[in-house]
Order: sequence, then structure tokens, then C-alpha cells
Amino acid sequence: MAEADKQEIRDLEAKAQLIRRDIIEMLTEAGSGHPGGSLSSVEIVTALFFHVLRLQPEDPEWSERDRFILSKGHAAPLLYAALAERGFFPREELLTLRKLGTRLQGHPAKGQLPGVEASTGSLGQGLSMGLGTALAAKLDQRDYRVYVLLGDGECEEGQVWEAAMAAAHYKSDNLTAVLDYNGLQIDGAIDEVMSPLPFPEKWQAFGWAVRQVDGHDIPELIDAFNWAAGVKSQPAMIIAKTVKGKGVSFMEDVAGWHGNAPDAKQAAQALDEIGIIDV
Amino acid sequence: MQKKSSPREAYGRVLAELGASCPELVVLDADLSPSTKTNEFAKCYPERFFDMGIAEQNMMGTAAGFALAGKIPCASTFAVFATGRAYDQVRNAIAYPGLNVKIIATHAGVSVGEDGASHQTIEDISLMRTLPNMTVIVPADAVETAQAVTAAVKMKGPVYIRLGRPAFPEILDQDYQFKIGKAVPLRHGSDAVIFSAGIMVSRALEAASLLAAEGIEIAVVNVSTIKPLDEETIIQMARKTRAVVTAEEHSIYGGLGSAVAEVLCENYPVPLERVGVMDRFGESGTPEQLLEVCGLTAKNIVAAVGRVIERSQT
Ligand SMILES: Cc1ncc(C[n+]2csc(CCOP(=O)(O)OP(=O)(O)O)c2C)c(N)n1
Ligand SMILES: [Mg+2]
Repeated sequence: MAEADKQEIRDLEAKAQLIRRDIIEMLTEAGSGHPGGSLSSVEIVTALFFHVLRLQPEDPEWSERDRFILSKGHAAPLLYAALAERGFFPREELLTLRKLGTRLQGHPAKGQLPGVEASTGSLGQGLSMGLGTALAAKLDQRDYRVYVLLGDGECEEGQVWEAAMAAAHYKSDNLTAVLDYNGLQIDGAIDEVMSPLPFPEKWQAFGWAVRQVDGHDIPELIDAFNWAAGVKSQPAMIIAKTVKGKGVSFMEDVAGWHGNAPDAKQAAQALDEIGIIDV
Repeated sequence: MQKKSSPREAYGRVLAELGASCPELVVLDADLSPSTKTNEFAKCYPERFFDMGIAEQNMMGTAAGFALAGKIPCASTFAVFATGRAYDQVRNAIAYPGLNVKIIATHAGVSVGEDGASHQTIEDISLMRTLPNMTVIVPADAVETAQAVTAAVKMKGPVYIRLGRPAFPEILDQDYQFKIGKAVPLRHGSDAVIFSAGIMVSRALEAASLLAAEGIEIAVVNVSTIKPLDEETIIQMARKTRAVVTAEEHSIYGGLGSAVAEVLCENYPVPLERVGVMDRFGESGTPEQLLEVCGLTAKNIVAAVGRVIERSQT
């Protein structure tokens, strides 16, 4: 994976803004869905899909591809926007989100839409699937890497820690997890609802190499992904501090925007605030 | 248009009321309290409300612990997670010792809508019904929900109450009397009988009206307690009509349709047609669209009645 130069960073930031716009437009058209956790992970997913992941959109099942599993499946609009912008399917299809007969199911469904690697939506299961895929890569002596995106509230699920233990046990250094540390879940702040903190110490204690970054800073994220690829004999965890609802003032850091779509007026304001970056 | 009201909201209201009369009541949720409506109770009795976070298995185990210490725990989350994610905890920690835990789950069935298959359990009745000691209740509307929750809290032993996400048509009067284990005929007729539960009761009544316009008189029975099943009423109605249809927002495998088939095959075999979700997962769409796509409309029930009457006459 290469370093990113200034121009590429600007392009990636523009891509992130475009994806933010897609998310707002999709959710508004759908009339339901999850804006907060989609917006908080935009830079993470943009860095992955447009810089880190080795992919062939025209051959989505290419055996050497890197795998990305969206464990926090409710951020499906973000995944779909990234896949469309990366050329896995036509952008027009984005507006079919959550509608009857769509390939863009409310939560990612494997086998329906090209580029979706796993069926998620029941929280806490993606890291296990990522681990299995990573173990298979080693068995087959393939050098693809596996990336899993977790929510911070999601880390309250016991299965996350079972997977954490197993990944370290098997020294899965081809597995990288990113934790969207936005501090919120449905019922409120994670440390008030059911604290999974402190994250760095816990993941380290479970045998992972840990790095903390600003989850909205694309160069920092790319740097961390480069670091993770170099970690040996351990899985790597990137704890990305983010703001839930990032980019839309009235959604930022508000738990109530976890699972409600904006109405037309709110969407107009959101799009206005996100704007477009000229590159 | 029929008036509708939300069973979930009825649950939230009655739970908060019970908090006053029942000091042993404690409520657990798994980061879904605005959706399950346990937030009503949480507001009134914060010291007896436990948000267990996104950790359903631990929630069920903790509920078992509360029951062991003499409390009456109500544990709520979406039905798919209550019965699926935490199945072994419900089985081994709650049902096996017969502990006094009330599992009151919302968002069951395909009428969850847009969230899609991952969130739409159509297996939960089957999973809960096969557990010894477990009482299984599927209320038909908000009125019955309130009564069922109260009855569940008052009885001893594990109970699973299955609630939906959308508002249901109001079909039962305030003077309706819910009793655990009692199936209630809501409409009389001798050409066929529909045993139904949950949101499908209102649709069965709708089907009965459509059929009455054609001179076919069918009975509609609300089988809100799936377990223990009111075998007596089921056999009696089957004897009277000799043509049976079941209707439920659940897989045709393992739910009400299967339960009725088990009873009738052994006791009084008559032609039976099951209206339910065929062997498939749900998908995204509006609740109404999905009920239609999955064959859960009044028209589907009418067609099943037509088939079963024909079979019973040949
Ligand atoms: C097993 C399971 N339990 C509950 C839910 C319902 N649910 C959906 S999103 C969510 C909160 C997620 O919080 P977090 O992981 O912090 O995600 P983010 O803040 O990134 O949106 C919950 C409880 C679920 N999808 N799966
Ligand atoms: Mg969060």
C-alpha cells in the first residue's frame, strides 16, 4: 500500500463528501435507516475503498481481493454508497435502498449485491466472520487481507471478545479491525448505557496490536492501515475516534439520530452543510 | 378504516403501571428501550431498570439471576435477538429450571419492514414453543397485550410474549377477558374455522366478512396462547366445521399451524390449510408490502378457506 500524496488526499476528502451526500439522499428517499453511524464511519470506509483495499469491481468475487466486512451492518447506506462510487453497481440503484425487491437490503445481505462480503445486522458477528476468512487465507497461502468495521456499542456483545481472543490466539496478522469510537449507541452514551471502555487496554490485553487515530483524518487513517499491514503475529486494531452524525450539525453527537431518516427539509439543510469540495 | 394502536406502547404503559403494584418487578433491556418501550418504566422506576447494553445473552442470564433471587424480571429486546441470539441462555438458564422470567419481545415477524430479514424473526414461536415450561403468548392487539403482560407477571414461570412493530387494528373491546391457555372464538360460523394469532387475527376477521358476503360462514378463533394450547377448543371447533385454516405471521414450520396440526392429527383429523410464511426469509419493504409478498393477507386466508372447504367436501 502506497503513501498518499496531497492531491490524492484531496481526492479522497472529496470522495468522502460525495459519499456523505449519497447517504443523506438514500436515507431521505428510503424514509428510514441509520444516519448517525453511517456518517461517523465515512472517512474510514473511504480510505479503505479508495486507497487501501485491493479490489476488482468488475470481478467482485476475484479470489485475491481484500475483504471488508461491515460488522456494524446498520451502516449499510455507507457501504452501498462506497461500493457504487467504486463501480460495483450503478449509482442510480442507491435510491432503491430498503424498498421492496431491492438488492440494497436494510442490512447487508451476502449474495444479493456485488461487493457485499457478509450478511450482517445482528451486531457482534462480523469479527468472527472476518477471522474465519483470515484463517482461510493463511490455509490457502493467499496474501489478501481482511478488514472488519465494528461499532463501539457493538463491543458490548460477548462474541466480539470471543473473536478477539481467537484472532490473537491464531496470530491472525492478516486481520485488521477498525473500531468506530463515536461514543454513542441507541440508549445514549456508551459509558452510561454499558461501558465497554477502556478500549486500548482491553484490546491490548486480548493480544491485539492497537493504534488510536482521529477517524475523520484520512492521512492518519491511511498511516494506520499501513502500520496494521506491517504488524506481525498479531491482529491489529485501529481505534478511530469519531463524531456520530459527522458533517451534519444537527445530527452530530445526538443519540436520537441513530436510526431516524431526515425529512426533505432536514435533508436539504444537511446537503447544504456537507457541500461539495472542488478538486 | 379500522382504528389502530400499538401493542408496544400498550406494553410500555402497562409495565409502568405494574411497577407501582408489583415491587418485585425489574426490567432489563438491551439498548433498545425507545423501541421496546421499556423506557416508560425506566423513567418511572430508574432503580429497577437495567440497561444491559448490546448483550442479549448476558441479559437473559442476568434475568435468570434476578428470578433466582425472587424478583420478577421482564427482559425485552427485538424478538430475533431474544429468541435467536440468546437461545441457549433462554433454554438452559431460564426454561430448564422453570424460572420466573418474562421475555417480552417486540419487532417480531416480517412486519418489521425496511430493516430486512436480519431483523425479522419468523422462527421464534417455534423456538419458544419447543421449550418445556415455557408459556408462549401472541397477543392480537393492544388491548390483549396489556392484559397478557399483566397475566404473565402475575403467573409463576417463564413466559414468552411476542409483539410486533407496527400498530395493529383494534379488534377487542375493553371488556375482553384474556386468560392464559384459553382460545377465544371471536366470530361464529360452521363452514370452516380459522385459528389465528397476532396481527393475523384482524385479517382472519376481515376474511370472514369477505366470505360472509358470499354466504360462507366461518368461525374465527383467537389463539393468543400458543402454549399451553387450548386443545379442547381446537378439537371442538374442528368437530363442528370439519375444515380448518390457521393464520399466523410466522413460518408455516413450527408455529401455530404446526401446533394445531399436531393436535388435530392425533385427535380429530380434518382437512387443514396453513397460512403463514413459506420456507423463506423476509426482506426489506414496507410492512404492508411484506405481509402481501409473504402471503399474509385476508385474500390469502379467503383462498385457503376455499381450498379447505373443497377438500372437506370430497
Ligand atoms: C444483536 C443485536 N442487538 C441489537 C441490535 C439493535 N441495534 C442496532 S444498532 C444498535 C446500536 C449500535 O451502536 P454502535 O455499535 O455504537 O453503532 P454506531 O454508533 O456506530 O451506529 C443496536 C442496539 C442489533 N442490530 N443487533
Ligand atoms: Mg457508537
